[in-house]
Amino acid sequence: MPTLFQHIQAGKVWDFHGGIHPPSRKERTNQKPVALLDIPDRLYIPLRQHIGVAGKVLVKVGDRVLKGQALTQADNAMAVPVHAPTSGIVQAIELHTSAHPSSLAEPALVLAPDGMDEWRPRKPLDPEQVDAYTLLERIQESGISGMGGAGFPTHIKVNVKQPVDYLIINAVECEPYITADDLLMQERASDIIAGIEILVKLLSPKAVLIGIEDDKPIAAALLKAAIGQRTNYFVREVPTKYPSGGEKQLIQLLTNKEVPAGRRPLDIGIVMQNVGTAFAIAQAVLDDIPLIHRVVTVAGETLAQQQNVLALIGTPISDLLNACGFQPEPQQRIIVGGPMMGFAIADWSVPVVKTTNCILAPTENELGAASEEMDCIRCGACADACPASLLPQQLLWYSKAKDQDKLAEYNLSDCIECGACAYVCPSEIPLVHYYRVAKAEIRETQREALKAEQAKARFDARTERLEREKQERLERNQQLAAQRVAQQQASGVAAQSAAAVQQALERTQQQTAPALDKEQIIAERERKKAEALAYQQQKQQAQTAEPASVQTSEQTEDPRKAAIAAALARAKAKKQAEAQSEVAAESAPAETAASDADAKKAAVAAAIARAKAKKLPEAQSEVATEPAPAETAASDADAKKAAVAAAIARAKAKKLAEAQSEEATEPAPAETAASDADAKKAAVAAAIARAKAKKLAEQPQAETAPATEVAEPVAVPTESTPEQDAKKAAIAAAIARAKAKKQQNSEPL
Amino acid sequence: MSIITALWALGILALIFGAVLGYAAIRFKVDADPLVEQIDEILPQTQCGQCGYPGCRPYAEAIANGDDINKCPPGGDATIKKLADLMGVEAKPLDAAQTPAVKRVAFIREDECIGCTKCIQACPVDAIVGASKQMHTVIVDECTGCDLCVEPCPVDCIDMVPLASSIERWKWDLNAIPVKVLES
Amino acid sequence: MSEFLLLLVSTVLVNNFVLVKFLGLCPVMGVSKKLETAIGMSMATTFVLTLASLCSYLVDYYILQPLDLLYLRTLAFILVIAVVVQFTEMVVHKTSPVLYRLLGIFLPLITTNCAVLGVAILNVNARHDFFSSVVYGFGAAVGFSLVLILFAAMRERLAAADVPVSFKGAAIGMITAGLMSLAFMGFTGLVKV
Repeated sequence: MPTLFQHIQAGKVWDFHGGIHPPSRKERTNQKPVALLDIPDRLYIPLRQHIGVAGKVLVKVGDRVLKGQALTQADNAMAVPVHAPTSGIVQAIELHTSAHPSSLAEPALVLAPDGMDEWRPRKPLDPEQVDAYTLLERIQESGISGMGGAGFPTHIKVNVKQPVDYLIINAVECEPYITADDLLMQERASDIIAGIEILVKLLSPKAVLIGIEDDKPIAAALLKAAIGQRTNYFVREVPTKYPSGGEKQLIQLLTNKEVPAGRRPLDIGIVMQNVGTAFAIAQAVLDDIPLIHRVVTVAGETLAQQQNVLALIGTPISDLLNACGFQPEPQQRIIVGGPMMGFAIADWSVPVVKTTNCILAPTENELGAASEEMDCIRCGACADACPASLLPQQLLWYSKAKDQDKLAEYNLSDCIECGACAYVCPSEIPLVHYYRVAKAEIRETQREALKAEQAKARFDARTERLEREKQERLERNQQLAAQRVAQQQASGVAAQSAAAVQQALERTQQQTAPALDKEQIIAERERKKAEALAYQQQKQQAQTAEPASVQTSEQTEDPRKAAIAAALARAKAKKQAEAQSEVAAESAPAETAASDADAKKAAVAAAIARAKAKKLPEAQSEVATEPAPAETAASDADAKKAAVAAAIARAKAKKLAEAQSEEATEPAPAETAASDADAKKAAVAAAIARAKAKKLAEQPQAETAPATEVAEPVAVPTESTPEQDAKKAAIAAAIARAKAKKQQNSEPL
Repeated sequence: MSIITALWALGILALIFGAVLGYAAIRFKVDADPLVEQIDEILPQTQCGQCGYPGCRPYAEAIANGDDINKCPPGGDATIKKLADLMGVEAKPLDAAQTPAVKRVAFIREDECIGCTKCIQACPVDAIVGASKQMHTVIVDECTGCDLCVEPCPVDCIDMVPLASSIERWKWDLNAIPVKVLES
Repeated sequence: MSEFLLLLVSTVLVNNFVLVKFLGLCPVMGVSKKLETAIGMSMATTFVLTLASLCSYLVDYYILQPLDLLYLRTLAFILVIAVVVQFTEMVVHKTSPVLYRLLGIFLPLITTNCAVLGVAILNVNARHDFFSSVVYGFGAAVGFSLVLILFAAMRERLAAADVPVSFKGAAIGMITAGLMSLAFMGFTGLVKV
């Protein structure tokens, strides 16, 4: 009974389930040689063109780079560098539409070629002389990732620790229209074989199998000729069927082995590389040419010349199309990739990347747009066509029902998204689209489950930490208490202190004992509100007569009381959220608090002003009072106060903008700055102004000199939301009450 | 006469069966079952409190005691469906009206932060880094979007911003791709 | 021997308790939403049915008939069934808490499953001997399980399918059950019992 290897040596080729035979349409492009293009005006080189992460950027805007120079550096295993396809100046490193179905923007380096195409120094290697590590390093540094479409970093794929039975070179190119690999083989067969030799050196397989479809007789013959007398290199022609070029399908065709679900081909001793990747490896090792260009098929009946071109990585697709005589139709579609697995792009400046093998510019007749999706008639043609032996019909039902358990049961993850099922569906259902959406949702669910686990762990850790801290506090308190008791006993004042403690306890109990019920609290509040209102009216009358007196009214007050009162007010406000509208009462207390000279008072003032500012959308007429806090806060000499004042000013300005009275308040910081002659104060004012400008406006005109005018027009979108207004109102109300109380206490003075 | 026989017969039968059942009750005694654990596994662990319970574990215990399963907005309909399957009850639609379609995370505007640590104390998963009078910042990867930090902030410097879309998280929503229709 | 085989075929297919005799529809409709639950329920019912028909036969033959208390049949059988179900419930609770929770109220409702009482009464009406009674009970259970599992599998598919809004839920379930019943009527006349 012959072994598998003997079968393979004898030339046996097996088959896989399903598959379709779409018209290949390759004769339009596989008769002409690969065309060389002029260097385009701009190259947009995405920093990440593979499965993995982008490397670290090595150049900056304005640098001149040479052809083949590394633009990014791989700083970890999953990073693959990108290189400059030609010499030129780095114009920008910015977001550019990516070559991805989502059309999302990804970071790209914009290169302006200088036309000189100047190479950097190159160091070819002799594979015979160097070790495997050097080869792998060269492969990674040359930016080589899989060129068959997926873009997996090659240096990882060929860095194997397990024994490899077969190295399979995928030269099948089963998708219609695409002839890029065909032409590459026709023109550079010996280089490809050299690249395969390097892979053989790295992997040491038992045999090399080159799978190629039987519609490429010239390429097959040239490969066989290039192989020459090498033993254990076999060119196997497979019948033309889509998707014979899929990794798992080709493995089954050439070796009759199936890759188990969820595993990789390496687990069954097989490594597969695209023929284009083999060529790139040869160029990188033997000529030190990094991956800077590739053969791209440009086809479609809107083009005057359908052909293969050697495109520089980063060339905008519009350039490729124009070079081939593009005459767009109305509502022209441009497809990156083939008709089965490609995607349409909305932005024609999307660049050619390492995995772009084809651009299609079809007419409407040639590749009709998708028509209306009809209901599934349960014919089962999709299951007959599926190369992975799945049940697309069931996958469709469960995708529509979003039943992730059933999808996993029916092996949705084994779907290779080849599109054969959608091709045969008589109801023209876009089956692959449903599977992609379902796969994305499954991935999202898994991600969220992982996050939930992590969140739970953190929550448990936090609960534990709080417990621990509480325990420690308790223990410490007990220790301290014990110490105190010991001390007192030692000094014989136990009895006295016990009595004193008792009295203190009674006092505090009396103070907190009246747990007022709701009506009492409300009545209390109303009373205080009325007081505050009355006081405010008084103040306003006084203020119109003597504006200056505002600033001096509270100079003598005890700083600590103010801070405590303000803190109490804040706390109370937080506890009782009520929607009030006594803005008139609040403005005065804010002013008066702000006139204190102490550092703490300034902070208090800031907080009050902030609360006021937050409340402001409901106010109608407190514009005039706002300048005061800014002034008085700015009049302090402390840098911190300046920041605090800046915060006030910012918050105020935000809210004022919403209340449609920006102009009147902007002079406030100006007045602030203008009213002080002290250098420090001026700097403080400037800092406020800078902070304001930075925060609020995009104008770069922030005053840095001790300017006196800080009049910048400000139009600030407010961030307050309706549900926070009530809270702010309550805060302001409570602060007003505290202020009113303070005023009462200080009036007799 | 036959009535007495009947009563005797049934009585003895009942006694025998009672004995059998009594023995079975002891022999097949069941300890506490891990239902609460299983429910807790399903809940999304944002510890946000929107269900009315202080955390996901208390809500899990409440569900085990028969509470409604539709009180968890961050979990969404998927969680309700799983809970319905587990508990064997009908899957009801979400109680609360708002379920944010896009996941949001907190963002502290560092220019305005005054270092008061109130948000750090509020965060149930310790996703805010900072100390008293030092800058506070949110660790985006750990933030569950529960909103609990927004309120305590005295300077109102915390925003809830939606997570930016990326290629890895793209959900194949083709209608969202902006397309310009050129007039011919 | 062949007599028992024919009895089995008869109760499983020809005179299927659910689809031909239309007994025990409540658990079939109520537990058939998920396949795992259905399998669990069918195993529980098999156990109950076999044991209950056995015990009912014994009670009837050794207590009710000699003492001429035939009018107590219904009462005695319900007593037997209730005890068996309670016993089963305890066993299920111990061995598989998940199944216990999934079955929920339907586990003790096996007591009121008319198929169980039906088997007991049909046994005495047909004057089966001991072994025939057991086979009859077991066959009824197998038929019940067959229908329950088939129905559950179909309902799982129906849950994901494109059912018109007015038919969603129990309605399409009933229609399916009716169609299955029509199918099972094709067995009529297979065994003359």
